[in-house]
Amino acid sequence: MAKIILKGNEAIIRGAVLAGCRTYFGYPITPASEIAEAAAAYMPRVGGTFLQAESEVAAINMVYGAAAAGVRAMTASSGPGISLKMEGVSYLAGAELPCVIISVGRGGPGLGNIAPEQGDYHQVVWGGGHGSYRNIVLAPNSVQEMSDMTMLAFELADRYRNPVFVLTDGAIGQMMEPVEFPDESRVPPQKDWAIGVGPGPRKNLVSSIFLDADELEGSNKHLMEKYAQIEAEEIRFEEYQLDDAELVIVAYGIVSRVARSAIETLRPQGVKVGLLRPITLWPFPEKKLAEVAGRRHVQTFLDVEMNHGQMIKDVKLAVLGRKPVSFYGRMGGHIPTEVELVGEIQRQMEMATA
Amino acid sequence: MKVKFAKPETFYDVYERKAGGDQTVTHYCPGCGHGNIHKMIAEAIADLGVQDRTVFVSPVGCSVFAYYYFDMGNIQAAHGRAPAVATGVKRSHPDSIVISYQGDGDLAAIGTAEVVHAANRGEKITVIFVNNAIYGMTGGQMAPTTLVGQRTTTTPYGRSPVNEGYPIRVAELINALQAPVYIERVALTDAKHTAQTRKAIRKALTYQVENKGFSLVEVLAACPTGWGVHPTQAREWIKEAMEPVFPLGCFRDRGAEIEAAPLEPRPFINEDLHEKLDVPSPGLAVEEVVPGTMDHLPEALRNPRIKVAGFGGQGVLMLGLGLATVGMKLGYHVSWLPSYGPEMRGGTANCSVRISTNMIGAPTVAESDLLVAFNRPSVEKFEPDLRAGGMLFYDSSLVDVAPQRGDIGIVAVPATKLADELGNTKAANMVMFGAIAEKTGLFKEDDVRSHLGDFIKKKKLIPLNEEAVAKGAQFVRDMA
Repeated sequence: MAKIILKGNEAIIRGAVLAGCRTYFGYPITPASEIAEAAAAYMPRVGGTFLQAESEVAAINMVYGAAAAGVRAMTASSGPGISLKMEGVSYLAGAELPCVIISVGRGGPGLGNIAPEQGDYHQVVWGGGHGSYRNIVLAPNSVQEMSDMTMLAFELADRYRNPVFVLTDGAIGQMMEPVEFPDESRVPPQKDWAIGVGPGPRKNLVSSIFLDADELEGSNKHLMEKYAQIEAEEIRFEEYQLDDAELVIVAYGIVSRVARSAIETLRPQGVKVGLLRPITLWPFPEKKLAEVAGRRHVQTFLDVEMNHGQMIKDVKLAVLGRKPVSFYGRMGGHIPTEVELVGEIQRQMEMATA
Repeated sequence: MKVKFAKPETFYDVYERKAGGDQTVTHYCPGCGHGNIHKMIAEAIADLGVQDRTVFVSPVGCSVFAYYYFDMGNIQAAHGRAPAVATGVKRSHPDSIVISYQGDGDLAAIGTAEVVHAANRGEKITVIFVNNAIYGMTGGQMAPTTLVGQRTTTTPYGRSPVNEGYPIRVAELINALQAPVYIERVALTDAKHTAQTRKAIRKALTYQVENKGFSLVEVLAACPTGWGVHPTQAREWIKEAMEPVFPLGCFRDRGAEIEAAPLEPRPFINEDLHEKLDVPSPGLAVEEVVPGTMDHLPEALRNPRIKVAGFGGQGVLMLGLGLATVGMKLGYHVSWLPSYGPEMRGGTANCSVRISTNMIGAPTVAESDLLVAFNRPSVEKFEPDLRAGGMLFYDSSLVDVAPQRGDIGIVAVPATKLADELGNTKAANMVMFGAIAEKTGLFKEDDVRSHLGDFIKKKKLIPLNEEAVAKGAQFVRDMA
């Protein structure tokens, strides 16, 4: 398959269409707008629907309607827009509706700025909406993965009848890289539970309301069982130079690439540093981290993020005090540079061996 | 019209979804309007023969439990969002009949935006708006349609325009929009008006079956419990108190002007997707790309980290994209990362490009090996970040101060002047591309020229840009 060079945001829509999605509802926001623009350009060409909604709230509820109607549907936004969508995400989770939501992170809180940040880890990975629910969260780190993980997201969403987030940031959304697309396109599965036209769909109900305490608890327990299955089967991560690492960097998305560059700089100097990159932020690769923490050669962990340390609690819960976990972060739109990271790794190594 | 006293077949015989209590009666209070309206909808759907394609969307309010009763596709929606949910359903199944059934708090307070915009888009749905001037489900609080002076649990001294404003007239509001086909306000009071209500609901649903467009029927209905009055008094109160504020009547009926059209499903098109998506087609022969090497370059320029900077409009991002694209075509790993947003609009623009024989880690370029600067601020901002042994290319027709550092290679290219000689200032970036290729040896001039079509979309501009690349390369050769 020949490669072409595309922006991450543009690759997403190509992947979505090849995954069988023909339905996009969204609202413009920098740095995610190219996703809506690509959907506006391509959905009509493939007989699909693109609709610019009046608000983020409306967009996610249109997705709710389309998902209830059994089609593969998606939306995309950034920081403030994702906050607004959270009401709908909770309803989608409660009604067990599959959909894909792309979150292209920008600087916050408030209006913040439009530069890349990973400040939405908390709201996307740990919830954001009301109630006891989880989102499946995929964190691509390249333009290729923006397409690949959007396709995967649709599969997971339908497999588990659950909302799936692709959590990325302005840098990956805006950057261009070579990308290739699969030859095969997918046809969405038949969904017997969905609302639609016909005597079967007529009997169906999409709802998240359970007035009776036992019924609601039962429904929530069903969700928890599903989440346990997702945790058992869908954890994805990537490891790099971990076999003898004394310092283990934990980083996802764009930061994982800076970490990789820093490791490539330091390894020839004899610095034993490696990387564990969570690809699924939920389910989180907790067992893998725990295993790595138990290794004799590992002395310390360094969590690197473009926020104030939102993933570090997940890292610490996995490491469980077996090894120290320190944090290096940048905010406001700064992507940590390789030079900064090299300096921080050296400092941490000195502290660990002191 | 034949009057039927039987239960329409579009209702369930036994309300099994209704937990506890008598599953043959509704959960609505005596005298409540919902029961009548439900029955009118159920009868109309039965008579229109569209039960198997009807989707009933019930958001928050007393009618959130409508799915107990209607033997139709049912979706429960968030407060106020039914028109958005209905939009999602209707756009996915244009052959369905979608009903958005909303109360006054739902439609006219928390969901104002959704209904206004669904109406404005002319979504082919039917909105049934039940206006009883109060919040029933939550226990009698003020609604946006609560009358001035009306006492509710949140207006214990009566609604005051000073504090709470005036009741919203929804039918009139929607009537300000161009797209809706049918808007009528009716009331469940005496037999005559009840018959009128039945007729309006039927007409709105018939228009949807005929694929005509957006309809809204506002029904003034009683909430004896919320109002604290007897059901018979409640009907009187609608007439005496509500109707003067919410005048009855048909505000718009364009049904006759619009030709009926069949309800067609949306086909799933899966042919020639790659071509339609502007990505390489599956059958396409893949050119063999040999991984590129950089052994021929001086060490400082291998796997270069490149920064291209200038004013927005100087083709800075395009030059960066060109470097990355030609690099990809020659078998290197590449990345291109722009500064984006308002920065690009008239201000300064820059992009980071990496071209490497190895997989690229960070696409960012904090310290560069190659700096290409099209204006003075860019030289001043990025020259300090050049690594020793790196190279600075600058447009000497625009930058009037010579760069200062002694540990880098400095190449002054009058790119804008040379582009002007070709008759197009905008080609300055490709003049610079030719100069970079020639001076660094990163690419051959011919490779740059032959791949212009891979990143320049307007094909008619390619001959000019080929000339520009040649001119830049020639300038460097002449300089030597």
